[in-house]
Amino acid sequence: MTALAISTAPSRWWHSRAVIRFISHRLALLGLAMITLLTLACVLGPYLLPYDSLHIDLRARFAPPMTGNHYLGTDPLGRDLAARLLMAGRISLLVGFSAMLLSIVIGTLVGVVAGYRGGWIGAVLMRTVDGFLSFPSIFLVLALAAALRPSPIMITVIIAVTKWMEVARIVEAEVRSLREREFVQAGRMLGLSGTHIMFREILPNAMGPIIVAASLTVARAILLEAYISFLGFGIQPPLPSWGNMLNGAQKYLASAPWLAIIPGAAITIAVTSFNFIGDGLRDALDVRDDHI
Amino acid sequence: MRGFLLNRLSQSLALLVIVSIIGFIILSLIPGGPLSQYARDPSMTQQDMERLAEQLGLNRPLWIQYFDWVWRLVQGDWGRSFRDGTSVLTVIGRHIFATLLLMGTSTVIAIAIGTWIGIRGATHRYSMFDYLATIGAMVALSIPTFWFGLVGIYVFSLQLGWVPAGNMYTIGDGSVLNYLHHLILPSVVLSLVHVAVWSRYMRTATLDAISQDFVKTARAKGLSERRILLKHVVGNALLPMITLAGVQLPSILTGALVTETVFTWPGMGRLFLDSLGYSDYPVVMGLLIFSAILVILGNLIADIVVAIVDPRIRLA
Repeated sequence: MTALAISTAPSRWWHSRAVIRFISHRLALLGLAMITLLTLACVLGPYLLPYDSLHIDLRARFAPPMTGNHYLGTDPLGRDLAARLLMAGRISLLVGFSAMLLSIVIGTLVGVVAGYRGGWIGAVLMRTVDGFLSFPSIFLVLALAAALRPSPIMITVIIAVTKWMEVARIVEAEVRSLREREFVQAGRMLGLSGTHIMFREILPNAMGPIIVAASLTVARAILLEAYISFLGFGIQPPLPSWGNMLNGAQKYLASAPWLAIIPGAAITIAVTSFNFIGDGLRDALDVRDDHI
Repeated sequence: MRGFLLNRLSQSLALLVIVSIIGFIILSLIPGGPLSQYARDPSMTQQDMERLAEQLGLNRPLWIQYFDWVWRLVQGDWGRSFRDGTSVLTVIGRHIFATLLLMGTSTVIAIAIGTWIGIRGATHRYSMFDYLATIGAMVALSIPTFWFGLVGIYVFSLQLGWVPAGNMYTIGDGSVLNYLHHLILPSVVLSLVHVAVWSRYMRTATLDAISQDFVKTARAKGLSERRILLKHVVGNALLPMITLAGVQLPSILTGALVTETVFTWPGMGRLFLDSLGYSDYPVVMGLLIFSAILVILGNLIADIVVAIVDPRIRLA
């Protein structure tokens, strides 16, 4: 396939310049550093802490932060909050990240096909996108989570099902604008199949917006998981997630505020970091969109 | 205008059809489907279930069931609550005021503060204020609403005792002041995310408007900067904000659900969660469809308002 030589016509000129721009974006670097630290802490931390996340110690219930070796205190069952926070982080980050991957795949597929094919296929696909966007996401997620069994995998799928539409819109617009470019026409003239043109020729040129959308989607997926787990329909105990750690915390708000404050702070830090990274990527990859 | 209206109405109608299809698919995902209420009853035998399915027409082809379901929705027969047998629309009607009150108040707060921050950010571009507002908006977008609510309750109700920690009014006290007192904290909590969104959009819109030719003309005429800003820039910048208010509706409803849960606010969000807890699927489905209709209607109204205000759109 010598035709591939033509395919990179608008070459990936941004590679080096983008990296430099990203590095000079201080907030993005801060976000990247925070996420790296947080991920490392969640992966390695549980091995280093003196307590297991499931170890119940009823004599040490409601210990405030910095009590002995309970750096972040304990919960109503006397379990170490730091250990639980890090184990919960594994779940929350994993669910957020997997949901992002899945929704990027769905959104990209729909967006590429709708944008390239256009016509009635495109119209049906994009109206479906509009239809899904008409539901407040939490209503949709909760109804699905209540109807289906809420295992972590199912939660991931449900979040992805309600978060793919924005990606689809971005990709569709991008593909539609690339569809009539010379390199695509050249590909068509060479007799390349539609699938080949869509995914091998056009898609690589639409990667910028997809990458930006990916980092912002991780942020939204983590938030959504936290929302439904907080409401009791997401990740089910004893498996901890940042959201479900807050589930019972409101009862103890007066006596043990750290139970509510600490997991919420973890969510905020993680989500802020991904939003910062997304912002930096948008500047670096020169993506213009009207979202925040 | 008539062409625009017809076009926009048919779009909304098409959207309603798609929403109903998605709703019907979710309905059929529920274990036991419309019979889930009886599926949990141990005195129901397999034969009873089959007879019921026959009676309710559940063994007909799916597409006939779909049209039947939609036809009943159109006629206003949204089913009855499993809990007490009241019709779903009546139950929703009882809770809609609380939600609209909360959403309305927080939208007003968000628009007021967001517009101010946005304009100031645009007129003082790259200043310390602008920089902090940008970072602040990104952080505000990352804070889970329920957590902000919990922290708010901890600080302002439990520690300072300024506002109540929940409910819409004190029992036995129906005065407007009492309602307002209960309204402050939840509406501020709900508005946080939207202040962030509004301020960012307003900043962009103001910057766009400032660079337009009519602003140069106004300057050339010798108008004061203040007058230019208030009359020429803000007016034009606010126009796209009407559309934004419609676009933001789903996310306000999402926020309202969470806020209502934290503040035991007797609105649609809490009703939705309570109904989920009781597996009261008719109410759950009703609210799901109702929220989507609310969103579609809100967007339609926003677009019509923009068309009325801006002749460029209705004549295009």
